[in-house]
Amino acid sequence: MNNNIESNTFSVQKAIEEKRKKTSISKIIERIMPKVLLFTAILSILTTLGILITLLVETVTFFERVSILHYLTSKVWYPFSEPGSFGIMPLIIGTLKVTGIAGIVAIPIGLASAIYLSEYANAKTRRIVKPILEVLAGIPTIVYGFFALTFVTPLLRSFIPSLEMFNALSPGIVIGIMITPMITSLSEDAMSSVPKAMREGAFALGSTKLEVALKVVVPAAISGIVSSIVLALSRAIGETMIVAVAGGSTPNLSLNVTDSIQTMTAYIVQVSQGDAGYGTTIYYSIYAVGFTLFFFTLLMNLLAQYISRRFREDY
Amino acid sequence: MKSINRSILLKRRKIRIINNLVMQTFFLCATLFGLVILGILFYRVVSQGYPYLDWQFLQSLPSRKPENAGVYTALIGTVWLMFVVAPTSLFIGVGTALYLEEYAHKNKFTSFIQINISNLAGVPSIVFGLLGLTLFVRALSLGTSVLAAGLTMSLLILPVIIVAAQEAIRAVPQELREASFGMGATKWQTIIRVVLPAAIPGILTGGILALSRAIGETAPLVVLGLPLFLAFLPKTVFDMFTVLPMQIYNWTGRPQEEFQGLAAAGILVLLFLLILMNSIAVLIRNKFQKRY
Repeated sequence: MNNNIESNTFSVQKAIEEKRKKTSISKIIERIMPKVLLFTAILSILTTLGILITLLVETVTFFERVSILHYLTSKVWYPFSEPGSFGIMPLIIGTLKVTGIAGIVAIPIGLASAIYLSEYANAKTRRIVKPILEVLAGIPTIVYGFFALTFVTPLLRSFIPSLEMFNALSPGIVIGIMITPMITSLSEDAMSSVPKAMREGAFALGSTKLEVALKVVVPAAISGIVSSIVLALSRAIGETMIVAVAGGSTPNLSLNVTDSIQTMTAYIVQVSQGDAGYGTTIYYSIYAVGFTLFFFTLLMNLLAQYISRRFREDY
Repeated sequence: MKSINRSILLKRRKIRIINNLVMQTFFLCATLFGLVILGILFYRVVSQGYPYLDWQFLQSLPSRKPENAGVYTALIGTVWLMFVVAPTSLFIGVGTALYLEEYAHKNKFTSFIQINISNLAGVPSIVFGLLGLTLFVRALSLGTSVLAAGLTMSLLILPVIIVAAQEAIRAVPQELREASFGMGATKWQTIIRVVLPAAIPGILTGGILALSRAIGETAPLVVLGLPLFLAFLPKTVFDMFTVLPMQIYNWTGRPQEEFQGLAAAGILVLLFLLILMNSIAVLIRNKFQKRY
């Protein structure tokens, strides 16, 4: 009996010590973990900083060799001669041409299907169609590039014989197809969040579904719709593989969509694949082009955020 | 006094109803457009690629002769890439999400991180390639290794994973946390034993979807300088390698008909992988996600 008590007191003491040890460890963990997590959160800021610094530093090196005025005003982009000509204009025109075509394809189709899904379709149709659109948005861009080169271009050439093998039209259309689901799903979200009471009010006044959609729902959701379009176009500007595969590598200023072109992204790909050595002017030029591209997309993303915040109608 | 002209009203109503019908048909066609394109795309890829798709295609090294060529090195390379990207991006992504949802105070710094993440999501993938080229390939001199490509891809999909993890963590009801605190658990114990287990299905679903984006990306890897043609396998994460999209890109660029077929067959393998991963994600979502 006595023995038992003794061993009991002994084990209690031990337990207390153990407990103290554990608490001190858990206290340390308790203090360290928030810092570890904060560090991971800061990594995302460091990534942005890394992108900015990388692009800026290498772009500055580029501008030490090529004047910034030449870069912005020269009308010829031909880096592969000595000395090369580095006028960004042709690459920007190529990019805008493709983006414009993509917009012409994607905006009407994306908005129309958003209106259909939000205003006309029943819940069952929506349940079936939305995942399929997600699949369309998840297809790798190289697959779209293959599709543009081997299907869309030959198809278009049977209508337009003057179309070159590489052109702006085919990748433009395919990028349009690629960004359509983005416009559809973001705009549909915006339209579905318009309160039902507003629709009922318009119906009670004798409106048709079309009138409700175009005169009530779309105006109420316009901030979400416009920002979805801006976001989608910014995706189109940064799209790489489709234009690299089907767009060609002839930077020019022509506004003709049947000509071979080169976009900013396609130029970066062309140089990366070639054997322009580290330290050459051509090597640094991809950073200047990348910086220009980054500038464009950042501007559009900020614009989209501004629109959706500034013009949001809260109900 | 002017009286209402019934016939004019009836006529106008007819026009409005017809307008509605016409536009409804147009809206429906626009919705079907995407589905039709998806159908054509799959039909083209399957009809072109199926004749080239067999076990030999999966087990052969790339070759200059189309009849001997295969995707073995690229397929294994893609698996290697996944093994680097998955742990890295999940660790950083979930860590960030936990910090933002559980620890961060509502202040300027927190909202700055949040805005930064949404802007990072809009940066074109090719720009991440430029970052990877400077930082991992050159500055850390990792070369065109699995590790360099994996880290670049992890940064690329990070915003997607953070947002998915944040949503999953936010969906865990506050009562669960309160109950855990009430039992004397500390904050970290609550997070690791209550919040994370409850949020894990959502995190995994988002993570797998983000990972499937990483294995389909080509542009950043081209910029890193990954070889389009490689006849050996990587042995460690520091070895050179290539992935499926790069191999497909290589074949797509060749003019011969046979290589286009090979590209289509490669696309089939890639799409199969993506569909597999997406199905797993959906399965996890449906099976384990609790609705509180």
